[in-house]
Amino acid sequence: MTASIIIAAGALLILIGLWGLLTRSNLIKMILGFTIMDTGTHLLIVGLGYRDGAAAPIIDGSIPATSAFVDPVPSALVLTAIVIGLAVTALMLAYAVRLHASRGSAVIDHFKENAL
Amino acid sequence: MIRRILSFTALILSALLLSPFVFTTPEGGELSGVANDYIEQAPGDLNGANLVTSIIVTYRGLDTLGEVAVLFAATAAVGLLLSRKDGDDSGTPDRNASEILRTGSGILFPLIIIFGAYIFLHGHLSPGGGFQGGVVIATGFLLLLLSGRAKKFNHTVMALVESLSGFAYVAVALVGVFIAGGFLDPRFLPAGEFGRLFSAGAIPVIYSLIGLKVGAELVGILDNMRRREGAAS
Repeated sequence: MTASIIIAAGALLILIGLWGLLTRSNLIKMILGFTIMDTGTHLLIVGLGYRDGAAAPIIDGSIPATSAFVDPVPSALVLTAIVIGLAVTALMLAYAVRLHASRGSAVIDHFKENAL
Repeated sequence: MIRRILSFTALILSALLLSPFVFTTPEGGELSGVANDYIEQAPGDLNGANLVTSIIVTYRGLDTLGEVAVLFAATAAVGLLLSRKDGDDSGTPDRNASEILRTGSGILFPLIIIFGAYIFLHGHLSPGGGFQGGVVIATGFLLLLLSGRAKKFNHTVMALVESLSGFAYVAVALVGVFIAGGFLDPRFLPAGEFGRLFSAGAIPVIYSLIGLKVGAELVGILDNMRRREGAAS
């Protein structure tokens, strides 16, 4: 049940982000949509590794070594994905700042190719 | 109108694509073979308590090296996009931060740095690690920027920390080739006592280097964005 809720929330966030990405024309809002989508993907991947009643994959004295663990591979992948997402977001924001500085506008429709 | 219909179609198709994940629940299922092997072998192999760290730093260490490289590339690109000529700081408006922010940041900054170092030093024992610790350190520097205690950071020191930690990361990985089992093998240092700070071979060393590198890179991004803000206004 828990996994379904997490995965459904992730899928919903992906759709919301995609909707924002496709229908907004302001660059900052598009980047926001992208980050929402990013978060949704992370939730979805982590949710796929969830197992009912299993412990976090960190061994310490309070957990017997034989107990079941959550799948550690999705957690590791998501950790990577979060950092890459951060880097990509920073890069996109830098581009948005640069575009705004050059054209005085952050609306994507003002950046038609033939307008150059 | 056509664009709206196309967007809507794309959304519906994505929803269809995602629906199998939602309706077929994986819980209670068996772990995949790879995950099982990691869980069964990592504690004995590497002596690290945090299995996620063992995977990130060792089993998928090459991924992490690539990830650090991507982060570096993104930082460099942000710096390139937002750079402006040196000595052009005249446009920066000097707005004084409030007394509370100034005093508070002075007290909090060392604590935040120590906490970040704690997080990346204990990455093999508890939830945390180099990336998280690096981000925490960067927030400390962000506080300094916001409070106006630091007008700009010393770029030589930042570049030095970043390149030295990156270099040392690859050097440690190469030591693994010659002394232990292969690239990024951390077992050339003693495995130590399970659950202690000095355990799990070179994993804490590698993760600390990653922490320093990530911290320096993020501070670089913050610095670039801050300087640009001064230029635009």
